Amino acid sequence: MSMLELREVDLFYGDAQALDGVSLDVASGEIVAIIGANGAGKSSLIRTIFGMEKPRRGSIRFEGQEIAGAAPHRICNLGIGQVAEGRQVFPNMTVRENLEMGAVVPRARAGAAAAMDRVFVMFPRLAERRRQLAGTLSGGEQQMLAIARCLMGQPRLVMLDEPSLGLAPVVVVEVFRVVRELNARDGLTLVLVEQNVAQSLALAHRGYVLENGRIVMQGAGAELLADDRVRQAYVGL
Amino acid sequence: MLYLNIIVSGLLTGAVYGLMALGLSVIFGVIRIVNFAHGEMMVLAMYGAYVVNARLGLDPLLVLPLVTLALFGLGYALQRLLINRYIARPDHEQFLLLLALATIITASLLMGFGPDARNVQLDYGYDSYQIGAILLDKVRVFAAGGAVLGAAALWSFFRFSRTGKAIRACADNQVGAQVVGLDVKRLYAVTFGLGAACVGAAGCLLLLLVDVQPYIATDYTLLAFIIVILGGLGSMPGALLGGILVGVSEALAGFLVEPSLKSAFSFGLLILVLLVRPQGLLGRA
Repeated sequence: MSMLELREVDLFYGDAQALDGVSLDVASGEIVAIIGANGAGKSSLIRTIFGMEKPRRGSIRFEGQEIAGAAPHRICNLGIGQVAEGRQVFPNMTVRENLEMGAVVPRARAGAAAAMDRVFVMFPRLAERRRQLAGTLSGGEQQMLAIARCLMGQPRLVMLDEPSLGLAPVVVVEVFRVVRELNARDGLTLVLVEQNVAQSLALAHRGYVLENGRIVMQGAGAELLADDRVRQAYVGL
Repeated sequence: MLYLNIIVSGLLTGAVYGLMALGLSVIFGVIRIVNFAHGEMMVLAMYGAYVVNARLGLDPLLVLPLVTLALFGLGYALQRLLINRYIARPDHEQFLLLLALATIITASLLMGFGPDARNVQLDYGYDSYQIGAILLDKVRVFAAGGAVLGAAALWSFFRFSRTGKAIRACADNQVGAQVVGLDVKRLYAVTFGLGAACVGAAGCLLLLLVDVQPYIATDYTLLAFIIVILGGLGSMPGALLGGILVGVSEALAGFLVEPSLKSAFSFGLLILVLLVRPQGLLGRA
């Protein structure tokens, strides 16, 4: 059974349709990449799954439970985490307070102290800077903080929206390494939305191609990466 | 020495103004809504304390916790049921909503109590403390002490409690707050409740010092704006500092020039600060 299952999801902003009959599945333990051009609906898709947008039609199930139209804080408490586009850290709060905020959902409160220790082991840089305001961190450090804050919620499924956007190449490598490690070592299920098509398809088990709000292709990551249409449209070869 | 007496007395009154303005600052800093009914809500609280005093003879200081709690409830319910629906709407619609609320409060108080000024009679109303050459009214000292305690309680709440930190997170980054699974609308309701609780407490304290009548509400709304802009929008220490400055300026203006001109001096102070430091004294540029 799929961990996450979307069926025929439509989303509108006013009269403009952002998602058009989107169906997709994410199995437990998978990395699924969602690729597409700017404005194809990738972020809308993430926001809709997380309850930040209400779909007009369709079903979204997480571990069998219908979540379409539920409020974000309820969806988060079911075990879906999000690393949002633009990182969205709390700039005027310390690194430690940012991480504490990651564990405010009821399901994560009991294990918050242990989770804090784990993310500090995983991101020693954040441990060094725990008393520093998040707004004073570099872009790469803020991205690590956003990921660490998400992990504080002890999610079973993590959706990452453009985690490599605006980062230096060496930091991008680090972000992808972290994503791979979370999946391979901790068995975390991940949905990765990226413009960095070649790297994300190389990393993902499966991928979906989104165009104008519709899923136009799907397949194994390597398979999509070898496809001529994908290569021409997104990889620039 | 006379001047020192007047300055200290203005300082003590100003602390109560500061607590009132703190409520406005917290609401604006987090929800980005300007509470145009701020003074009206405080006058409502003053009447609440007045009624309990008139009927049961209880000191407004003893009624304060109850009135504060009631105002918290009112603020929470208003945000939850009404204002949350207006958050994404244009500014002028929010303005109309809160102005309507202000009008409703004032009109209801007029219907209930008429336009006459009311006050509370306290047996220690004319007592004073002598410190060196300075003579302090007992009621003013109590009012200022209450205001400082109230502000300290609010500050600790934001600094140390989980809900307080969550509210700071909402103010810092609303999208980030949603992403970590905070119930932003509920936290907004708590925030408006806290802002209303500030005027609840400030109203009870102010009733020790001044008469209350329905129409003064508008003056207090304006006063709260002056103070918050003076101190820096969204800055909690700024609201307190602004309150104290306005309190001192009012006291000096009343003594040196003419009591009815005290508002002119407050506005003058505001214009002066805006010219020199547009972001307010403790505001971020």
